[in-house]
Amino acid sequence: MAAHAKTLFEKVWDRHIVRPQTPDTPAVLYIDLHLVHEVTSPQAFALLRERGLKVRRPDRTLGTMDHSTPTTPRNELGIIPVVDAQAQKQLEQFTKNCQDFGIPLYALGTAKQGIVHVIGPEQGLTQPGMTIVCGDSHTSTHGAFGALAFGIGTSEVGHVLATQTLLQYKPKTMAVRVDGRLMPGVTAKDIILGIIAKIGVGGGTGYVLEYMGEAIRALSMEGRMTICNMSIEGGARAGMVAPDDTTFEYIAGRPAAPQGADFDRAVADWRTLPTDEGAAFDAEVTLNADELIPMITYGTNPGMGMPINGFVPDPDKQPTVDERVALDKALTYMGLRPNEPLLGKKIDVVFVGSCTNSRISDLREAARMIEGRKVAEGVRMLVVPGSQQVKAQAEREGLHEIFKAAGAEWREAGCSMCIAMNGDQLAPGQYAVSTSNRNFEGRQGKGGRTFLASPLTAVAAAVTGVITDPRELYEPALA
Amino acid sequence: MEPIRKFTGRLAPLPINDIDTDQIIPARYLKTTDKLGLGQACFNDWRWNEDGTPKADFILNQPQYQGAEVLVAGNNFGCGSSREHAPWALLGMGFRAVVSTYFADIFRGNALKNGLLPIVVDEETKQQLISLAQEAPESTVTVDLEAQTLTLPDGRSVTFPIDPFSRYCLLNGVDQLGFLLGLDADVSAYEAANPQRVNTHIVA
Ligand code: SF4
Repeated sequence: MAAHAKTLFEKVWDRHIVRPQTPDTPAVLYIDLHLVHEVTSPQAFALLRERGLKVRRPDRTLGTMDHSTPTTPRNELGIIPVVDAQAQKQLEQFTKNCQDFGIPLYALGTAKQGIVHVIGPEQGLTQPGMTIVCGDSHTSTHGAFGALAFGIGTSEVGHVLATQTLLQYKPKTMAVRVDGRLMPGVTAKDIILGIIAKIGVGGGTGYVLEYMGEAIRALSMEGRMTICNMSIEGGARAGMVAPDDTTFEYIAGRPAAPQGADFDRAVADWRTLPTDEGAAFDAEVTLNADELIPMITYGTNPGMGMPINGFVPDPDKQPTVDERVALDKALTYMGLRPNEPLLGKKIDVVFVGSCTNSRISDLREAARMIEGRKVAEGVRMLVVPGSQQVKAQAEREGLHEIFKAAGAEWREAGCSMCIAMNGDQLAPGQYAVSTSNRNFEGRQGKGGRTFLASPLTAVAAAVTGVITDPRELYEPALA
Repeated sequence: MEPIRKFTGRLAPLPINDIDTDQIIPARYLKTTDKLGLGQACFNDWRWNEDGTPKADFILNQPQYQGAEVLVAGNNFGCGSSREHAPWALLGMGFRAVVSTYFADIFRGNALKNGLLPIVVDEETKQQLISLAQEAPESTVTVDLEAQTLTLPDGRSVTFPIDPFSRYCLLNGVDQLGFLLGLDADVSAYEAANPQRVNTHIVA
């Protein structure tokens, strides 16, 4: 038994080998689904044209516009105006590329457009046991379904477009076990910030993570996506969760999902995917959900995180020179002093959105907490749904009215202030509490300073104007 | 792509850990549809003031490091975003190799596909190279891809790992796509044996 016990990752990997690894060459892996967006694909299409190549499987490829698209509300003609000429040119080129090569495209302003990692699961394209790639590091999101999904560079985008395959060396595996139960007011985002604070931004380099344990099983698909999304912030190209009934229920009935008897057959197959008992991992880390409280970052990479009631660490107390230098640099950029608390720290902007936390459940949670409250004086709050479908659903539920009544901006779908490519950005020196995934210097706008946190922590900051433990406002828990 | 065998160049030190690709090339420069022209924006926000003048406190702006071809950086270089614009920008700034104790996975793959060598050394060697760059910036190192060695001015050589396939492609100036295109029959056989998982045209 133990001799051939396999992990979830190995099962998916083995199913996709076109040509095994040899001493001279990496394995050649078949790709079931290739998602493309406007920013990391132009040079790949240029390569195809240069060599006179076609896209091998346009029917396994899908394009969406998300990164450089504005999220400003539509004008009276129902159009979302693109003001940046360079972005406009990039979007036009992308439209032409998809047309010329026969790739379906969710263009700006159309009903299914949205962030690439939101639309795949939404359409039922993301399914257990698949290989999914995109020229985007947060492709790890799709691993929540038990798919092997990872980000690739633009050269590799070209490889997949032309051949539907990729050259890959087999990564190592790491089990990430999260036992226990989350307290009310503590979310999937806090779990992943806790894991990254523990392993560091480079701790997962060379590994595929598999998240397991009671706390992971208890999460919704959205929560699992939030966790897998940030695997890359721990250095891991991919993160996976074994598929279970929660997964199958989420997929059932979605447009691209198998229907009827095909669905039952698919589920029977998907049930064979979870890691076998006794399968070995190359490394293991654990986190206890019982002890977890809301997390927040204080520094300039996602590994610089702490419990929200903690104190900013002191560079002088770091074990190595490199760590002292790194922390000192981060605190200087962030304008923070060693040993100060973050609770009570004044903030300027709150961003609820991004492929980490812009799904309908995120918006519902945020709306529930903000209902009947007001965004604090002097604070700007943006709520950016992850897709047009999420936006439409939220509007059917009246969530947009709740956000607007509170004084928040309700915007069109896209990456928005997660990447600051499209006009949504921080001014130099501003502090933001953001539900996105990167607090790198300048990520949300040159000179902008980011505190990463959950949607609940973001709302708590928005309504109080300072960093606040969301559990203080979390009435459903107290009721 | 030009074949790479051996070259000799000066070092530039950037002893900062976890340099992410947003620092190497900020997102606002990704609206291009080109690979060229990104060198000027490499390390943009560390390197240039608002008015376009060089920031005096950024080490790579010091005159002794102009024209250096081997960047020596802190560990986990290239983490974060998958943007291949990062190696394009570093090449555009004139670098041919980056030395670190380890690289982020996606960056390393991207660099190798563009002829920017990610050279992994141990911590001690990295520190020595940084000291050398700081104390004797005029000294040069030789990178020999065929032998997989980095040779210091004192004649000492360290070997570095590189996967045989990337090495073959770089030494011969061929790109990896050609290899995959040659496997068309294998891919067709795989497709015939494995049912299509999803069809994106259904949800177009
Ligand atoms: S929301 Fe942010 S992290 Fe996600 S795909 Fe867009 S830019 Fe990347």
